[in-house]
Amino acid sequence: MNRPLLYLLVPLAPLAGAVVVGLFGRQLGRRLSHWLCIVGVGVALAASALVWRDVMAGHVFNGDVYTWLQSGDLKLAIGFLIDPLTVLMMVVVTFVSLMVHIYTVGYMADDPGYTRFFSYISLFTFSMLMLVMSNNFLQLFFGWEAVGLVSYLLIGFWYTRPTANYASLKAFLVNRVGDFGFVLGIGLVLAYFGTLDYAPVFAHAAALADTSVNLWGAAQWSVLTVICICLFIGAMGKSAQVPLHVWLPDSMEGPTPISALIHAATMVTAGIFMVARMSPLFELSTTALGFVTVIGATTALFMAFLGIVQNDIKRVVAYSTLSQLGYMTVALGVSAYSAAIFHLMTHAFFKALLFLGAGSVIIALHHDQDLRRMGGLRKYMPVTYWTAVIGSLALAGLPPFAGFFSKDAIIEATHLSSVPGHGYAYFAVMTGVFITAFYSFRMLFLAFHGPERFHAKPHGAHGDEAKAEDASHDAGAEPDDPGHHGLAPGEVPHESPWVVTVPLVLLAIPSIFTGWAFIDPMLFGGYFGDSIVVNEPHAVLAELKSEWHGAVAFMLHGLLGLPFWLAIGGIVAAWYCYLANPALPERARRFAGAIYDLLDNKYYFDRFNDWFFAGGGRRLGNFLSNVGDGAIIDGFFVNGSAKVVGWTSALLRHMQSGYVYHYAFTMIIGLFALLTWWVGR
Amino acid sequence: MPYLSLAIWVPIAAGLAVLAIGRDRDAGLARGIALMGALAGFLVTVPLWVHFTHGTSDMQFVERAEWIPRFDIYYLLGVDGLSVLFVLLNSLITLLVVWAGWEVIERRVAQYMAAFLIMSGLVNGAFCALDGMLFYVFFEAMLIPMYLIIGIWGGPNRVYAAIKFFLYTLLGSLLMLVALIYLYNVSETFSIIDWYDVPLSLKTQILLFVAFFLAFAVKVPMWPVHTWLPDAHVEAPTGGSVVLAAITLKLGAYGFFRFILPIVPDASRYLSGFVITLSLIAVVYIGFVAMVQDDMKKLIAYSSISHMGFVTLGFFLFSELGMEGALVQMISHGFVSAAMFLCVGVMYDRMHSRLIADYGGVVNTMPKFAAFMMLFAMANVGLPATSGFVGEFLVILAAVKVNFWLGLLAAITLILGAAYTLWMYKRVIFGTVANASVAGLHDLSRREFWLLATLAALVLWMGVWPKPFIDVMHTSVTDLLQQVAKSKL
Repeated sequence: MNRPLLYLLVPLAPLAGAVVVGLFGRQLGRRLSHWLCIVGVGVALAASALVWRDVMAGHVFNGDVYTWLQSGDLKLAIGFLIDPLTVLMMVVVTFVSLMVHIYTVGYMADDPGYTRFFSYISLFTFSMLMLVMSNNFLQLFFGWEAVGLVSYLLIGFWYTRPTANYASLKAFLVNRVGDFGFVLGIGLVLAYFGTLDYAPVFAHAAALADTSVNLWGAAQWSVLTVICICLFIGAMGKSAQVPLHVWLPDSMEGPTPISALIHAATMVTAGIFMVARMSPLFELSTTALGFVTVIGATTALFMAFLGIVQNDIKRVVAYSTLSQLGYMTVALGVSAYSAAIFHLMTHAFFKALLFLGAGSVIIALHHDQDLRRMGGLRKYMPVTYWTAVIGSLALAGLPPFAGFFSKDAIIEATHLSSVPGHGYAYFAVMTGVFITAFYSFRMLFLAFHGPERFHAKPHGAHGDEAKAEDASHDAGAEPDDPGHHGLAPGEVPHESPWVVTVPLVLLAIPSIFTGWAFIDPMLFGGYFGDSIVVNEPHAVLAELKSEWHGAVAFMLHGLLGLPFWLAIGGIVAAWYCYLANPALPERARRFAGAIYDLLDNKYYFDRFNDWFFAGGGRRLGNFLSNVGDGAIIDGFFVNGSAKVVGWTSALLRHMQSGYVYHYAFTMIIGLFALLTWWVGR
Repeated sequence: MPYLSLAIWVPIAAGLAVLAIGRDRDAGLARGIALMGALAGFLVTVPLWVHFTHGTSDMQFVERAEWIPRFDIYYLLGVDGLSVLFVLLNSLITLLVVWAGWEVIERRVAQYMAAFLIMSGLVNGAFCALDGMLFYVFFEAMLIPMYLIIGIWGGPNRVYAAIKFFLYTLLGSLLMLVALIYLYNVSETFSIIDWYDVPLSLKTQILLFVAFFLAFAVKVPMWPVHTWLPDAHVEAPTGGSVVLAAITLKLGAYGFFRFILPIVPDASRYLSGFVITLSLIAVVYIGFVAMVQDDMKKLIAYSSISHMGFVTLGFFLFSELGMEGALVQMISHGFVSAAMFLCVGVMYDRMHSRLIADYGGVVNTMPKFAAFMMLFAMANVGLPATSGFVGEFLVILAAVKVNFWLGLLAAITLILGAAYTLWMYKRVIFGTVANASVAGLHDLSRREFWLLATLAALVLWMGVWPKPFIDVMHTSVTDLLQQVAKSKL
C-alpha cells in the first residue's frame, strides 16, 4: 500500500466530510450529513489503525506533502512525521472523535444547527490530526490555530446566548496570548536553527546548548531556555495552565459533545503533546523544565480545589480537566514525557466518558445542569450511572482502572525527580489525589445517589451560594427555549437512547483496561523509541524501570502506597459529606467563609482580567483615540495648522482692503522706512 | 503586445466612454459599459501573470517612447517581481468594485463608474511607470478621481474628509516633486532605474529620504500622519473605501521599495530604526485605538493602518523573509480589507448605519453573510490558512531574527488584532436579533454572494499555498536587498 496516500487519507477524510456538510448541509439533510461525517471519521480511525500496525512494524515516516513557501534556502512545507508518538495521538483523536460523532446524533437531535455542528466537529478532527501529524513548526502552528478556531466556533455554537459569545471570545483571546509566546518561540527556532523542520532542529539542538542570548541588561539566557519557555507559553494557553486557564471553565457554554472532544480529550492536550514532541529541546534546559513543573503543579492542585465548590455538573468536570492537565504538565516537567502521554491517553478516554455521561444526565433532565437539582438518578439511568462510576474510579485513580496507572506513574516520577520545584510538585500531585477523589465522588453522589431533587424549585433562595452557577445554568437552556428547563412536574428521567449509551460503553472499556495493558510498553518497553528523548540526568522513568516487576506487582505495590489511601480517603470523605451527613458541607462553608469566597470567585482571576486587561485595554484605547489621535494629532497639528493658515490669512486680509488711501498710506510709510534705512546706513 | 499600456489605457478609455455615453436616465447602459471596461481592463493584465519570467529581477514588458524630450522625460513602463502583482491586484479589485456598485449606486451612475475606471488606469500607470515624472503625474492624478468619489458619493461629512484627504496627500507629495527634480539635476535623467546607481552623499540621501518619506508615509499611512484615513474611509462610499484600502495605500508602500530603498540605501539603513519605531507604534498604538471605535468602517480603517505597519516594518528589517512577508501582506491586505469593507457595505446598504451599536444578531437573518464575514474576520486576525497569516508570520519571524524584542512588539498584533476584530464581530453578528431593522434583513443577493466568494477563494488560496506569489517576487527581492546593502556614498 502506498503509505503517503494512507497518511493523507487520515486528515482528508474528515475534512471532506466537514466541507461537504458545511457547504451543502441544508440540501443534504440531517441523516445524510451525519452519515457523511461519521463515515469520514470512521475512515480516519481505520486508516489510523492501519498506520499504527505499520509503525509497529518499524515503518517511521518523515516527508513533505507540498511546499507551502520557498524563499531562497528556506523551505516551509506541509508534511507528515509518522512515528509512535504521532500514531498514538492519531488513534486516540479519531477514536474519541468517532464516539463523539455518534453521541452527537442523539445529543443534538433537536438542535436547529445540527448539520453545522457536524461540519465543525469534523473540521476539528481534521485540524487536530494535522497538528499531531506535522513534521514541522509551521504546520504545528497551523493546526494549533485551526483547532483554536473550531473551539471558538463551537463554544459560541449557540450564538444567541450572550454568555456563549462572551466565553468564545474569551477563549480565543486567552489562547492568542499563548500563541503570542508560541510564535516568538517559533521565530527563535528559525533564527537559531535556520529551519522549521523538526528533524534538523532536534538534531542540532545539542550544539546550541551552550549558546546564550542577551535579552536585557547583562543577564545571559540560554537560547534553548528562552525557546522552550516561549513554546511552553503556547502550551499554557492551549492546555489551560495557570494563569491562562481562565477560558476553559467558560468554554462549558458549548454543547457537551465538544466539551468532551475538544475541551477534555484532544485539543487541550495539544500543549502536552507539543512539549512531548519537543522533548529533545526541553531536555537541554533544566530551567525550562523547572518552569514547566511549577506551572503544572500549581494548576494540578489549585484547580482541583475549585472542583469542590462547583454546582454545575459540567464545570466540575471542567475543573477536573484543568487539574489533570496540570498532572500531565508536571510529568513533562520531570521529564516523564511518556508518562504524560500515557496519562493524556487514559484521561482522553475516561474524561470523554465523564463528559458524555454528564451530557446524558443533562438530556435526561432537559438541559438542567445543576447538581443540586439531581440526585437518585441511579435507578433511572443504569448505563449512564455505571459508566460514570467507571469514569470516576478511573479519574480518582483506583486500581485496576486506567487512571491509577498513569497517575501513579506521574507521582512516582515526580518523587524521583530533581528538577527545580520538584518538592512542591510532589506535594501538589499527592494532595491533588485526595481532592480529585473527593470532587469526583461528590459529583457522582450528588447526581446519582441520595434523594431525588429534580422536581425541586430552582435555588434562587440560596442567594449567597449560587450567583455564578445560576447564571451559568440559565444559559444552559436551549436557544429556542430560554429560561425553561428541567423536568415537568411528575415527569421522571429516562435513560438516553442507544446512540448516547453505546459511546459511553465503548469509552468505558478503554477506561478500564488501557492502564494495565499499556503501562508496560509505553513507559518501560520503549514503545516511543526515538520520538521522545530523555537525557541521563532527568531519566526518572528509567530509574522507575529498575523497580518495575509488571503491572500486577505495580498494582499490589500501589495498594500499600499513600496515593491509594488518599484516594480512598477522598471517596469516603465525599460519601460522608454528601450522603451520610449532608448538612456538613453547609456548616463547613459557614465556618470557612473567606476560603469559600476565594474558591467561589475562582481566586479572582476573572475579575482581575476583566478589570486589568479588558478594561485597561479599552481605557488605553480610548485615551489614545481621544487624546493621541483626536486632540494632539488631529486637533493640534492637522486642524491646528489649518487654523494657523486661517488666522494668518485673516490678518493678511486687512492688507488688501481695496481702499486706495490704505495702499497710499502703506506706500508712504514704506518709502519713509526705506529712506531712513538708506540714509542712516 | 504593449500589455502595460493596455492595462493603463483600456480602463481610462472605458471610463471616458462611460462618461460620454452614460446618462442618468439610462443607468443600465453605463453599468454595462463600465463592467465590460473593467473586465477588459482585467483581462489585459492576465498575460502579465502568464508570461512573467521568473528568476530574473529585470524589468519586463518594457515600453519606451519619447514624451518631453526637452527634459529627458520618457513614457517608460515596465514591471518586475515587486510591482507586477499590484497591477493584477488593482485590475481585479476594480472589476469587483464596479460589480459591487451595480445596484447600490443610483445617483450619477456613469460618473461613479467612470471615476473608478479612470482611477484604475492611473494606479496601473503609477505601478508601471519607470520614469520619475511619469510616475509623479500618475501618482498625483489619482487624487482627483478619489477626491471626487469621496466628495460626491460620500457621507454627510464628505467635504471635510475629501479636503483633508486631498491636502494631506498633496502636501506630502510636493516635497517628492522637489526630490525628483533634484535627482534629475544630478543625474540628467528621469529614469528611476538609472537613479539606483547615482552616487549621493549621506546628507543628500537623508534630505531625499525625508522628501520621499513624507510623500509615501502619508499614503501608507504611517503613524502619526494617518488621521486622514479613518475620516476618508468613514465618508467614502463602499467602493471608494475598497479602492482606498486595497489599492491606494499600496502605492505608498510601493514608493518605499521603488524609490527610497534603492535610491537612498545609506539613508535607509541609517534611519531604519526610526521607521521601525513608527511601524511598531502603528501596530500597537493603532491596535488599541481600533479596539474602541464604535463605527465599523473606522475600526477597519484603523486595522488597515495597523496591518500596513507590518509592511513598513518588514521593509526595514532588510531580510528576504521580512521583505517578502511585507509584500505578501500588501497583497493579502488588498483582498482582506476589500472584503471587510464590502461586508460593511452589504450591511450599510440594508440598514444605512455603520455603528456597531445599531447591529446585533445579524447571523439570525443573514447566515450566509455571517459565514463569509467570519472568514474575512479570521483573515484580518491573521489565522493560518488565510492570506492574512502569511505576511504577518513571515514579518514576525524576520523581526525575531533581528531582535527578540522587536518580534515581541510586532507579535502583540496577534492579541490586539483578534481583540478588535472579533469583538466587533461578536457585537454585530452574534446574539439575539437586536432590533426590528435587523429582523428585517435579507441575506446576500446572488451578486453579493459571488463577489464575496471570489475574495474568499483568493484569501484561502493565498493562505494555503502562497508559494506562487513568493516565487514571482523572490528574485526581485534578493536583488533589491543587494541594492540596499550597497553603499552609494
